[in-house]
Amino acid sequence: MSERASRFGPSAGTRVEDAALLCGRGQFADDLGCKPGTLHAAILRSSHAHARLRGVDVSAAERAVGVRAVLTADDVTRWSRPLLAALRVPVLQPVLAKDAVHYVGEPLAVVLAENRYLAEDALEAIRVEYEPLPPVLDIAQALTLDGPRAHADLAQNIVSDRSYCYGDPDAALAAASHRVRLQIAYPRNTATPLECGVVVAEHFPDGNGGHGAYEVMSNFTGPMSLHAVMAMALQVPESHLRLRFPRDVGGSFGTKQSLFSAIVLLCLAARKAGAPVKWVEDRREHMTAATSATARRSHIEAAVQDDGRIAALSFDQIDDVGAYLRAPEPATFYRMHGCLTGAYAIQHLRVRNRVVLTNKTPTGLVRGFGGPQVYFALERLVQRIAVQLGLDPLDVYRRNFIAKDAFPYRAAAGALIDSGDYAATLAVALQAADITALRDRQRQARSEGRLYGIGFAAVVEPSISNMGYVTAALTAEQRAHAGPKQGALAAATVQIDPLGGITVGIDSMPAGQGHRTVCAQRVAAVFGLAPGDIVVNSELDTQKDAWSIAAGNYSCRFAGAVAGAVQIAAQRLRDRVAQHCADLLGCAPQDVVFAAGSLHARGQPEHILPLARVLSGPHWAPALSTEAGPPPLRETVFFTPETLHAPSSDDRVNASATYGFVFDLCALEIDRTTGRVYIDRYVTAHDAGRLLHPALADGQVRGGFAQALGAALSEELRYDGQGRFASQTLSDYLLPTCLDVPAPIIVHTQTPSPFTPLGAKGIGEGNSMSTPVCIANAVADALSSLPQSEHCQDLRLPLTPATVLALVAGGQGQAATGTVAVQTGKIR
Amino acid sequence: MKRWKQSELVPVQVELNGVQRRGLCEPRVLLSDFLRDTLGATGTHVGCETGECGACTIRVDGVAQRSCLTLAVQADGRCIETVEGLAQADGSLCELQHALRERFALQCGFCIPGILMTCAEMLKRRPLPEDEQIPGLLAGHLCRCTGYTDLLAAVRHTVAEVRRREAAHPASAPSVGVHDA
Repeated sequence: MSERASRFGPSAGTRVEDAALLCGRGQFADDLGCKPGTLHAAILRSSHAHARLRGVDVSAAERAVGVRAVLTADDVTRWSRPLLAALRVPVLQPVLAKDAVHYVGEPLAVVLAENRYLAEDALEAIRVEYEPLPPVLDIAQALTLDGPRAHADLAQNIVSDRSYCYGDPDAALAAASHRVRLQIAYPRNTATPLECGVVVAEHFPDGNGGHGAYEVMSNFTGPMSLHAVMAMALQVPESHLRLRFPRDVGGSFGTKQSLFSAIVLLCLAARKAGAPVKWVEDRREHMTAATSATARRSHIEAAVQDDGRIAALSFDQIDDVGAYLRAPEPATFYRMHGCLTGAYAIQHLRVRNRVVLTNKTPTGLVRGFGGPQVYFALERLVQRIAVQLGLDPLDVYRRNFIAKDAFPYRAAAGALIDSGDYAATLAVALQAADITALRDRQRQARSEGRLYGIGFAAVVEPSISNMGYVTAALTAEQRAHAGPKQGALAAATVQIDPLGGITVGIDSMPAGQGHRTVCAQRVAAVFGLAPGDIVVNSELDTQKDAWSIAAGNYSCRFAGAVAGAVQIAAQRLRDRVAQHCADLLGCAPQDVVFAAGSLHARGQPEHILPLARVLSGPHWAPALSTEAGPPPLRETVFFTPETLHAPSSDDRVNASATYGFVFDLCALEIDRTTGRVYIDRYVTAHDAGRLLHPALADGQVRGGFAQALGAALSEELRYDGQGRFASQTLSDYLLPTCLDVPAPIIVHTQTPSPFTPLGAKGIGEGNSMSTPVCIANAVADALSSLPQSEHCQDLRLPLTPATVLALVAGGQGQAATGTVAVQTGKIR
Repeated sequence: MKRWKQSELVPVQVELNGVQRRGLCEPRVLLSDFLRDTLGATGTHVGCETGECGACTIRVDGVAQRSCLTLAVQADGRCIETVEGLAQADGSLCELQHALRERFALQCGFCIPGILMTCAEMLKRRPLPEDEQIPGLLAGHLCRCTGYTDLLAAVRHTVAEVRRREAAHPASAPSVGVHDA
C-alpha cells in the first residue's frame, strides 16, 4: 500500500456513508432531480391560534404570475378524508383547515407555481378573513370547566382519560412512613434536524383502475403504520400510494414522522395541478408547524420507607398534544407505560393519564419520545426523596434498583425488562467521575460561597416499539373489539447478483446513524468478505421492498431489530449456499468455511473455490442446484421479538422489546451573578447490550447528550398570550453550539439482550431521557446551599440564565425583581 | 449600482471550483438556490435561509460566507469554492475530510459542507488558529447530530498536522490540509 493510500484510504470500521457526504455528493431529498414540469408548492398557514374562517379567497393568487393551481379546503374535502387518529376522538385533523383554524401554522391553502419564489409571491395575494376565538394555551386552562375550548364545538378539551392500578398502591401509600410528592411541568421542545421536510408527489389518474394513484418521494422516516393512515386519507388502497425514500436524510430524531400529513396534502396538490409537485419545508414552517414534544404536567407521589425504599408510586399525568390528536398520539404516554417504575423494583403503581387539546401545533415523535417527560418527574422525585429523608441519593438508587439476578424482570405495568446490572453500571459511572474528588470539590466550593451541585439520573431506555402499545389507551373491551395489535416486524433482504456481488436492503430509513455501515460489516463477516464488498441500500420503496408497519427510523429499532434481521437473512442465505456447494467441496454443509473471498472445506484450506463464482452459479445454471426449492439467490427475513404481546386484559403492556440502562452524573456550578450554568463534569454510563459498532454508539450518545443539554438549558417552543408562536427562527429557539457543549465522559457496560438476534439494544435516546433531569438535579443540589433553598426547588425547563437567576433570588429570600421578574414572567 | 427589473432574467457567470459556469436567474434569487438549482451543485445545503445554521457556507473569492444571505447576481464574476471542490485532484479526500471520517465526526452530514468551507478558510490563516480559538471559529455552525466533540477533535488534529509539517519544512510550499481550487 502506498503511503498516500494508507494516509487517506479509509481505515477499518469507518463509515461507508462518509466519503460521499464529505465531498458534497450526498443524495438528500432536495438533491434529487425532478421530472420536467414539476411545480413548486408554498403553503399558506394560519396566523391565528384559534379563529373561525369567514372566507379564504384565492382568486387573485390563481391569476398571479407563474401560478398553475391553488389547492383549497374544498378540493381536500372532495378528494380525501381527515387523518385517522389512534383513538376515537370528536375532532379529526383535515390536511387543510376548512371552517376554522386551531393553531398558528395550520395549513389553509397550497399554491403551485413554476418556482418557489413565485409560489410564495402568490401566497400574499390570498385573502383570509378570520373571526378570532379565544385560544386554549396551556394545560391548566384546558382543564378549566368554563374556559375556552380548543375547538369551538368540543364539550371539553380532555380527549382521553384513563386510570390504571397495579398491585395495591393505596395500601402501600397508606402504610408508608414517608410520602414524597412533586409536581412537575415539562415544556414543548423539539429535535430540530438541520434538514427540513421534503415531499415530491405525483398523481396518476389512470392508476388504480382509473380511480387514481399516487407516487411520493419524501424524507418521511416512518413509522410506516402511518402509510395506512395516508392511504385511507387519500382513499386509495395502500398499493396505490407508492412511497419512496431517499438515500440520505439530514437528521430526523423522530420529527420527520410528522411529514405524513404533508404527504397527503401534496398528493392532493399534485392532483389539483395535474403535474408533479415539490414542497421543501422552510425553517420557519418547521419550527412553527411541524411537530413538538408534548408538554406535560405531572403529580407524582411515592410511598417511601425509612431506608429510602420506594413501595409504591402514583402518577397523575396530563399531556398537551396540541390542536389535534395526531397519530400515533397519545403514544407519548403509552410508549413509557410499561416501564413507568423506571429502574426500580416497585410493584405497586397507580396511574392516571389525561390528554388535552390546546391551540398549539400537534405533537409527535421527538427523540426520547415520552421518556423525557416521565423521567423529569420520576428522577426529580428520587432526588427529593434523598433530600427529605436525609439520605445519600446513591443509596436510594442502590436500594431500589432491580436486582441483577431478577432479569428478565416483569415491571408492575408490564414491561419485560430484558437484562442489566444497574448497580454495576452505577459503579462504573462513579469510578469514571471520581465521585470522591467531586464531592471534595463541592465542599470546597461551598465553603467559598459558590453554588456547586452534583446531580444523578437513572433511566431505563426502551427500544423497538411494540406496535400494539398505544392500544393500552383503550379499555380492555375496546381492545377486544378492535382485535389484538402487537409485534414489531423488521425486514431485511440479502441478495446475490449475477457476478456474485451482494446487496442488502433494509427498512430502517436511516437519517445519519450509519446503518449502512453496520449492515455491511455484519453481512461481510457472515460471507468472509470485506465490508466494502457489500452494497447496502436503504432507499425503501413501498412497491418493491420488504416492509411492514414497524418500518422506519424511531424507537432505536435498528441495532436490536433491523441489524438482527440482516444477520438472520445473511446466515440463512449463507447456509443455503453452503448446502448448494457442499458436494463440490466434498464435505458436509456445516463444514463449508467462508473466508477471504473464497470457500473451503473445514480442515482443507488448500482446496478453495472462489466465492463470487459459487454465489453467482445459480443465475447461470439454476438446474445445477443440488438443493430442493428456489436457488440460493435471495433471502428476505421478517423478524419480530417474541416478547411483544398485545396489552393484557388487566392493562399490562410490554411496550418495547429491549430496555437499556443509563446512569448519569453531572457536576456543575451556577454563576450567581449571571445565572449561567457551567458543567464541570458529565459522566454518562450506558448498558445498551452488545454494542455493534462502539464508535457509532458513542456518536449517538454525544449527539443525544447535546440535544438534551439544549432541552435542559435553552430550548423551548414558546407562545405568547394570544397563542402566537414566538420561536420561529434559530435565533429564537436556541440550539447549543460547539461553545456550549462539553464533552461527556462515556462509559459502557454490556449485558446482552436475550431477546434480539445480536444481543443489541438501542442507545440513541437514553440521554434525551436522562440528561435534562440529571442537570436539573444538579441545579437543585447547587441551590440547596442557599439559606431558603425550599423556595427554589420548583425547577422548570429550560433552565435559562433568567430562570436560574430567579431561583437563586428565591433561595436567598429575595423577591425576584426588575428584569429577572419580567423575563421569567414571559417564559412562564 | 446595477439595477434590474424583478422579472428580468440576468446572466450570472462564476468560476465554480475552477470551472467557468453560467446561468440565468431573476435578480432576487439566492446564491444558494442558484448553485443548487441552476448549476446543479447540490453539495451546498440550505438549513434555515436566515444565516443562523451555517450549512450553506461557501467561499467567495476565498472568503467564507453564507450563500443563503447572498444574491446570485452579487456573485457574478466571482470565484466560488464549494464542498465539491475540496477533494484532491485524484478524487481522494483532502486531509481535513479524511480526519473527519477517521474520527466519526459526522452523522447525517447535512451541516458538514458549510463546516468544511469555514475550516478551509481557517486553515489558510497564518498564523494558524490556536486550539482554544477553534470552537469560536466554528460556533457559527449548528450540528444537531454529533455534539461537536469529534468534529472539534478532527479539526484540531488537522490544524496540528499542518502546523507540525510547516515547522518541519518551513521552506516548502504551504500545505494547508485542503485542496486549493
